[in-house]
Amino acid sequence: MRTPRADPVLTVEGASFAFGAHRVLDGVSMEISPGEFTALVGPNGAGKSTLLRIVLGLLAPQAGRVELFGSPPRRLRDRWRLGYVPQRPRLAPDLPATVEEVVGAGRLAKTGWWRRPRPEDRAAVAHALESVALGDLRHQRVTELSGGQQQRVLIAKALASEPQLLILDEPIAGVDAQAQRLFRDSLVHLLREHGASVLLVSHELGAVADDLDRVVVLRHRVLFDGKPADLAATGVSLGVHADDLPRWLEELSENGGG
Amino acid sequence: MPGMPWPLPWPFDTTYMQLALIAGVAVGASAPLIGTFLVQKRLSLIGDGIGHVAVAGVGAGLLFGTSPVWTALVVAVVAALALEWLRSRARSSGDLALALFFYGGIAAGVVLAGRSTTNANLQPYLFGSILTVTENDAYTVVGLGALIVLAIAVTWRAMVAISLDEEAARVAGIPVGALNALLAALTAVTVAAAMRVTGVLLIAALMVLPVATGRVVARSFRATTVGAAAVGVVAVVLGLAAARQWALAAGGAIVLATLALFVVASLAAPLRRASAPDDASSLLSGPG
Repeated sequence: MRTPRADPVLTVEGASFAFGAHRVLDGVSMEISPGEFTALVGPNGAGKSTLLRIVLGLLAPQAGRVELFGSPPRRLRDRWRLGYVPQRPRLAPDLPATVEEVVGAGRLAKTGWWRRPRPEDRAAVAHALESVALGDLRHQRVTELSGGQQQRVLIAKALASEPQLLILDEPIAGVDAQAQRLFRDSLVHLLREHGASVLLVSHELGAVADDLDRVVVLRHRVLFDGKPADLAATGVSLGVHADDLPRWLEELSENGGG
Repeated sequence: MPGMPWPLPWPFDTTYMQLALIAGVAVGASAPLIGTFLVQKRLSLIGDGIGHVAVAGVGAGLLFGTSPVWTALVVAVVAALALEWLRSRARSSGDLALALFFYGGIAAGVVLAGRSTTNANLQPYLFGSILTVTENDAYTVVGLGALIVLAIAVTWRAMVAISLDEEAARVAGIPVGALNALLAALTAVTVAAAMRVTGVLLIAALMVLPVATGRVVARSFRATTVGAAAVGVVAVVLGLAAARQWALAAGGAIVLATLALFVVASLAAPLRRASAPDDASSLLSGPG
């Protein structure tokens, strides 16, 4: 018998989506509980980005149901509860903006975009900058920073609204080891100190593999959903490249293993 | 503005120069506020296009004997909203739709103005005639400029967030579509306000060129925008002074002044940066 749990922060039930005849998502279901650290892995073209766009409310599923904090993503009123870090820094190379301005924009969902920032808003922006170790660079032009630093700026931007669910799209791709460590520390800080949930969409889980509560392997449908230890018990290591994970899992099920 | 001329020094010691200064400063300060966001969205030339469409409004105003500024304002706002609607849906095929709008607008303007029985012509609206603005014109321009400043002040944070990442702004619940439409409408208001200052054919210059200068000298979005507005004001003052001194076309002189300020700022920027040893040494050492 399962113990009753708090309401999930994210529920996806039978979500399907196709671009013309090409079916990208086929009856995908998953759930994220408060405080849970979940990784969504799968090869390129597996439908991760499409699922993410549906969860963010940028795309509507053609079938199935998606709920963020109990409402359809597009109708979610308290948008600050959702933090989003896009795949790669989409900062124009000639953008005239400081680190603080970029991170401050992440606070708007909490403050209200038409309101002046209050002292607690400034404090939250400063705290977000500190938690990714960028406090000293806040007056720097953001385009003068390295790729890893820019990625941390975008994480701080997502943290600035003190979200209850943080969604990160391939945040550690092409980032050096030190930046990955800092990234992991800021996620763990968010999970532990604020009790937030994290959904990490990634190819590489190396830096965070030990901290994960759950792994969801996707290739158009959910191939695996459970604890990392259970995935390891099937004989598939998280060290396996995401491109190969579905093949391993499918071979196991064909051979009656797992 | 009773009691003019005020005791201002040359070249602003006459009533007509003071009226030109008031209208010019209002446009010089407000047009770059819109330009900052247009440049960031890679829409630097949209002001030029809306200017072309506004000519149809000028032509209609001349034909029906109403104020061309107001008919141009109405036509420009409608066109700007239609263009924004096309841009948000059509993506790549929008280019040809823009051309249809722009040339349709200017051709309609020429035809309508040609049907007009009065002696008025399009010339002052195409190239500006800031030295002949009336008190009423100046009031109108100041009012439109104040509207632009107020709208940007209220929506500033959201506009910046959209410029940084439109998709993230949507996720954060910012009304991106409505604010993009507002920016388009404000672009049209700027065109109408600046019509008598630089003329519709040069208005985009006053929106965009000061921003280019602001980006060279400033670090932050805020400083870039405020700097661009300051450059716009200085360019108007310099342009008007040059126009009076050498009897130049004032609209063109103002735009050339913004270009001159950009050149000066660009030449001065490497000197400022020379204090940063990294840049200098990497230039000197080269590869190997």
